[in-house]
Amino acid sequence: MSDTRVDPLRSVLAELAPQGRSALLPALQAAQRHHGWIDQDIAKKVSVALGVPLADIFGVLDFYAMLYREPVGRTVLRVCSAPVCALAGADALADSLCRHLQIASGEISSDGEFTIEHAPCLGLCDRAPVVLAGEAVVAPADPVRPASICAPTKQTTPSFVGGDIRILTGHCGNGRTTSLADYRKRGGYAGLKKALTMTSQSVLAEVKAAGLVGRGGAAFPTGIKWEGAANALGQPKYIVCNADESEPGTFKDRILMEQDPHRTIEGMTIAAYAVGASRGYVYVRGEYRYAFDIMSTAVVAAREAGIIGANVFGSQLSFDIEMRLGAGAYICGEETALLESIEGKRGLPRIKPPFPTTNGLFGKPTVINNVETFCNVPLIIERGAHEYRKLGTEKSPGSKLFCVSGQVERPGLYEVPFGISLRHLVFDLAGGVKPNRKLQALLMGGAAGAFALEKDLDVILSFESLSAAALSLGSGAVMVFDDTADMRDVLKRLGHFFADESCGKCYPCQLGTWRQHELLERAAAGHPVAGDRERLSDIGVTMIDASLCGLGQTAPLAVLSAMKLWPEMFNPQHSGRGDS
Amino acid sequence: MIAADRVVSTTCPYCGVGCNLELHIKDDYIYKVTSPFDGVVNHGNLCVKGRFGYDFIYNKDRVTTPLIRKEAQAPGTRSQAFDHDQWREVSWDEALDYTASRLVEIYQRDGADAMAVYCCAKATNEDNYLLQKLFRALFRTNNIDHCTRLCHAGSVVALQMALGTSAMSNTAAEVIHSDVFLVTGSNTAETHPIIALQMKAAVEKHGAKLIVVDPRRVEMVNWAALWLPEKPGTDVPLFSAMAHVIVKERLYNRDFIDRRTEGFDDFCKSIEPFTPEYAEAISGVERNLIVQAARMYATAKNAAIYWALGIPEHSHGTDNAMSLIHLALLTGHIGRQGTGLNPLRGQNNVQGASDSGAMPWHYPGYQRVDDEASGRKFEQAWNIEPGGLNRRLGLTTTEIMSAIAPGGVRALHIMGENPMMSEPNLNHTRHMMEQLEFLSVQDLFINETGAYADVFLPVASWAEKEGTFTNTDRRVQRVRKALEPRGQARADWQIICDLAERIEKKLGRSRSAFWAYQSPDEVLEEMGRIVPEYAGVKYRRIEKQGIQTPVWDDNHPGTPFLFPETFPRGRGKFYDLEYIPSVEMPDEEYPFILTTGRLLEHWHGGTLTRHSKLDDLYPQARIEINPADGARLKIEDGQTVRVSSRRGTVVLRAWLTQRTTVGVVFIPMHFAEAAANLLTIDALDPLAKIPEYKACAVSVVSAGKEELPPSITRGRY
Amino acid sequence: MADITLNIDGVAVIVPAGTTILKAAEKLGRTVPTICYHDHCTANGLCRICVVEVEGVKPLLPACLSRVSEGMKVSTAGTRVERSRRTILEMLVSAVDLSEAPEIQNFLNQYHADRMRFPDADRRDAQVLDDNPMYIRDYAKCILCWRCVQVCADDAQFTYAINFKGRGFDTGIGTFFDKPMPETTCVFCGQCVGVCPTGALKPKREALLEQGISLEGILQATMGGKKRRRNTP
Repeated sequence: MSDTRVDPLRSVLAELAPQGRSALLPALQAAQRHHGWIDQDIAKKVSVALGVPLADIFGVLDFYAMLYREPVGRTVLRVCSAPVCALAGADALADSLCRHLQIASGEISSDGEFTIEHAPCLGLCDRAPVVLAGEAVVAPADPVRPASICAPTKQTTPSFVGGDIRILTGHCGNGRTTSLADYRKRGGYAGLKKALTMTSQSVLAEVKAAGLVGRGGAAFPTGIKWEGAANALGQPKYIVCNADESEPGTFKDRILMEQDPHRTIEGMTIAAYAVGASRGYVYVRGEYRYAFDIMSTAVVAAREAGIIGANVFGSQLSFDIEMRLGAGAYICGEETALLESIEGKRGLPRIKPPFPTTNGLFGKPTVINNVETFCNVPLIIERGAHEYRKLGTEKSPGSKLFCVSGQVERPGLYEVPFGISLRHLVFDLAGGVKPNRKLQALLMGGAAGAFALEKDLDVILSFESLSAAALSLGSGAVMVFDDTADMRDVLKRLGHFFADESCGKCYPCQLGTWRQHELLERAAAGHPVAGDRERLSDIGVTMIDASLCGLGQTAPLAVLSAMKLWPEMFNPQHSGRGDS
Repeated sequence: MIAADRVVSTTCPYCGVGCNLELHIKDDYIYKVTSPFDGVVNHGNLCVKGRFGYDFIYNKDRVTTPLIRKEAQAPGTRSQAFDHDQWREVSWDEALDYTASRLVEIYQRDGADAMAVYCCAKATNEDNYLLQKLFRALFRTNNIDHCTRLCHAGSVVALQMALGTSAMSNTAAEVIHSDVFLVTGSNTAETHPIIALQMKAAVEKHGAKLIVVDPRRVEMVNWAALWLPEKPGTDVPLFSAMAHVIVKERLYNRDFIDRRTEGFDDFCKSIEPFTPEYAEAISGVERNLIVQAARMYATAKNAAIYWALGIPEHSHGTDNAMSLIHLALLTGHIGRQGTGLNPLRGQNNVQGASDSGAMPWHYPGYQRVDDEASGRKFEQAWNIEPGGLNRRLGLTTTEIMSAIAPGGVRALHIMGENPMMSEPNLNHTRHMMEQLEFLSVQDLFINETGAYADVFLPVASWAEKEGTFTNTDRRVQRVRKALEPRGQARADWQIICDLAERIEKKLGRSRSAFWAYQSPDEVLEEMGRIVPEYAGVKYRRIEKQGIQTPVWDDNHPGTPFLFPETFPRGRGKFYDLEYIPSVEMPDEEYPFILTTGRLLEHWHGGTLTRHSKLDDLYPQARIEINPADGARLKIEDGQTVRVSSRRGTVVLRAWLTQRTTVGVVFIPMHFAEAAANLLTIDALDPLAKIPEYKACAVSVVSAGKEELPPSITRGRY
Repeated sequence: MADITLNIDGVAVIVPAGTTILKAAEKLGRTVPTICYHDHCTANGLCRICVVEVEGVKPLLPACLSRVSEGMKVSTAGTRVERSRRTILEMLVSAVDLSEAPEIQNFLNQYHADRMRFPDADRRDAQVLDDNPMYIRDYAKCILCWRCVQVCADDAQFTYAINFKGRGFDTGIGTFFDKPMPETTCVFCGQCVGVCPTGALKPKREALLEQGISLEGILQATMGGKKRRRNTP
């Protein structure tokens, strides 16, 4: 084995070695960038450099979809096969690429250049169908032009950003990244400057008073979370930004990071001040390479300008940020799984309690919040909670970003105040269904959400109203399905998604998502078996009741919702299979 | 699934940890070994030997009938007979009568000094007690010893000199209560695996800091805060330099020194020359590491020292151990939980064999043979006329070996030991063995020693008899009969009693020392009547869990750690030490220091493990050479090499590894076809008579593959 | 710390603070079923068979990990709990060979699990791995209780020879790049064998005996080729 192959790795490993296990993912990713995949020799070098046992390295390697322990093409063509891209022709797209390269999915082309893979939602739903060609985004991808897809350059039209208001998305929408200079010119970092003149207690109080709740899906009151970490014992404290946006149908965080990176940085730094944290991480999903690069550049710029690092804006606060790239695991959007991933382990959620606020990253008090949540913070401090609360409803103050995709006229990112109706979002803002089509269903809250029908269009978009209607807000994803969509196929893809992404730790989900996927496959193929509805119901309720984390607890929601709305989907056919 | 016919609780026969085993048996076959998770010694954890290494019991090469050499052997021309057809199968009567006759004949002709016995650190307390009783009571000799001589004798002597007793002072599991502990001369992860687990847990989960002092990068170094890679044989300057730092920086425990030690002022003077600089020059360890180690140990709340044979197995092994003892006396890290002076005893029952009197200078319970009161006490216990027992100190194993000659030792009886693998300078040992007039052996297999015997008495394995073992932290535990002895094999203690009765009859003794025990617990009770530390050790008290000596009476709960108030000799004593180099230092002709030791998968001379599937895990001897040395010698990993010392030569494969440091090579002692002890030097520590296994000079040159000795085929399956 | 009073299935019990619901129930003589739990290993709440209902808490909680709190009201039985237990058992038996897990077989009976609930479902099939002289690995019986990985790691041995591989349903236990055990850091201590609840890890001699091989045959049985011990630098 020649040494030159690990030579570029050697200096990377030397640099990462002091971090020990926590540098495992960065080390493997660096190795993979140089070598294309990770073989035993490379794994052994990483093991020695970081002091991680060999079997553990293999376990991490084998967990993440974007790490390869066997040869893979120099460029991996990841074809999104989630419901929205499927409706936009993902299967035909994949076929076209396979025929062009003369390989099947999962194989390497004869020249070693390409491998085709089916990928989960890549967060580009508004420009479906999507291919990630290596690190380059092709969206929408044209199935009749496979050769151009294979040329690894970024080919994408900018996302549409609209809505009733443009506060969070004030600097977004023209397809450009807001530089540090632009951000400051337009009033950026005023919130942070103001926070530094307040006490950290009053910053906390302001965030609490604003009633901000998490925007990643769990909707936990942000101020209370911060207060928990502020009061907890342990140093250093951490601020972690959950940028692992992987909920199908969601792309808001990507746009915020790509187009207004400093807003997140500002929010994190204010949090650091409030909580007494000195270190921060931004964990970006592996498929968002472009967003990762932009955030990284912004972090460097902010550091150079004295905005983060030692003595933020010349104050006593020292807070620096490290960027981390995920490696293809939806479960790493679960907060404790994300922390495990930063710590260099398989992304397996932890038991709660204890919670990250007291026992978070490396066992220390940690605030972990979504990108959009952090983006709300500067304006809360700058304008004050009272002003902030003027938007939205009593229980759901402020504005929300909604990602509308699927069979709708104007898929895109929409910022609205809480309190508008679903109809307004989908029909007024996003243009409604295409001509001559009828609305069949909306999937609210991503794959981990529930279906709404035409009759639900007047529901108010707020936490309290949606909850009362047994619908999810979740991450703010709204997938629109018209009457041409085969909902069984949609469910099958959702089922496949969860089966693929289940981490495998707890039995209800590890077994349940797979069984659910098998049942949905046969329903989609048109031959459900007698008793399947009861099976799905038992599996679903068990996962909701007994799973260890939010993935398992929400994986059956769409299915259970579908079973209520379209029970005939699971009726056994007469010509179908035998009874169980 | 199998349902066991029975599950028998017993104690592991391998190492001094003394793990609790549960043998699952079906149709007389032990198919599985488990360990109770609530056991206090090992908490359900085992090592490969305890878990899987019992299969030697079933090896077809086990001797199951008494044997007598077909060809009569004479001194000077003795030969080894490994094949069964070189032996005649005989009845027990014939074998024991023959043995008794020959022993009596030599005794009556040449007297007590001609008789010698090697007791067995693997046999039970009862076996050992009875065998030393036989030779003391019947042959009036103190030429009684066992392999501790080759092992911890230096530690034992030093501890006796300094404290008045010699056993591990604390319980191994207390390491989780130490905030600093020092491990030296011990490859704990391979030789005391369960204790290593406890040490690792102490570091990982209880914040303990570990200091390793060892010429080899043993596995525990991976958990160490500090590793001091000393040259073999430089312990006295290194530990004395630590003492020097402790004194100079006033890190000693004044209160403890005043209340519980003597000789401190003289000690301070004697420690003057042992500066860290001086120690660095001799040991090769950077001085600031020595200083750090000293500070870490001295300023800890609870600090403990653990050591194995890297300390005592030197020509100045007693001094080495003494230099460790000084550290504890200076700092008061003894007499409390989580502290102590802890020599890790190797064999499953070396502590017990020593306790039971298998020693040349001590009766059971360390009562000196040259002490009149002790002599009278044992004469009374054994029904011997006053003045009948020998008041002179006897010979140690190494001295016995050297004394085999006309006018010296003529008859040797060996129970379960293999000096032909474990003594140093095996060519010399071989020569001496050949001079014996009579050799009788009781063992499981015909090994390199038994092959020389005139008569071979087959014994029951540990799973085939009842008894007790005393482990390294002084816990007396039950050994239970799970199987019937194979063939005609008998329990050692029963053989000894039978033999003793015949000897008594032939000697025409009017009074019997008593051999008619119904069961081994009676033996232990007899011992408990004359050994105060065992007074309260009874089978009924240790049915579920062993008890740690001293157990002064039937109500005493046992003693987890020693010396809370005082030492047996009163105050701990400091001694003057000087640096004496190893007897054989490397030179141009023999440029490497050879140090020897053991492996996880094997046991000592290999009698057990090379007859077990364990051999598959490490089937061939290898010499560990540092890659830098390998490069200089142009030796590749796996290459055959010839290793020679002034005393012998072996041929084996090389393993280039960072486990050994530059200039030092390591050969494990287990492989007869490449016996490390052919190379080692029989230089003895003057006080403890223990050989310098850990340092001699060798040369290493590459050799052809064809020179490799064939793998041993006997004993494999 | 003060003792805690709580209510389990209508009966009050007082236990020290920090006690788990599982142990508190045990004190009352109530056994909550467990599969992955082992006193000697770190509890991880994987199997979820021990879930109980706690008043005021939406999801069911794992009794093996959840610590009692003052005034807590716990139901260890009831339809919700039993439905989850039964379904987990049905899914488990449809995926894994539980023929040598008598405790789990008892649970299947106790909770009236339908062993054939998922007849065409994917199973975790695996070849028996017989790559060392001491024990065999039959991962078709593996229920992913984690005990073996844990005792090889920080719960006992600190040797780290095995870990997980794959993800989700396809999770398995494996070595570095699936190397045979003698080529890993495994020291054959058998701690893993000692804690395996389903016979997935078994002493080789036991396996041979089960196959009805005679003692002579077992003694003769050799593994293919002598394996050299690991060469860790």
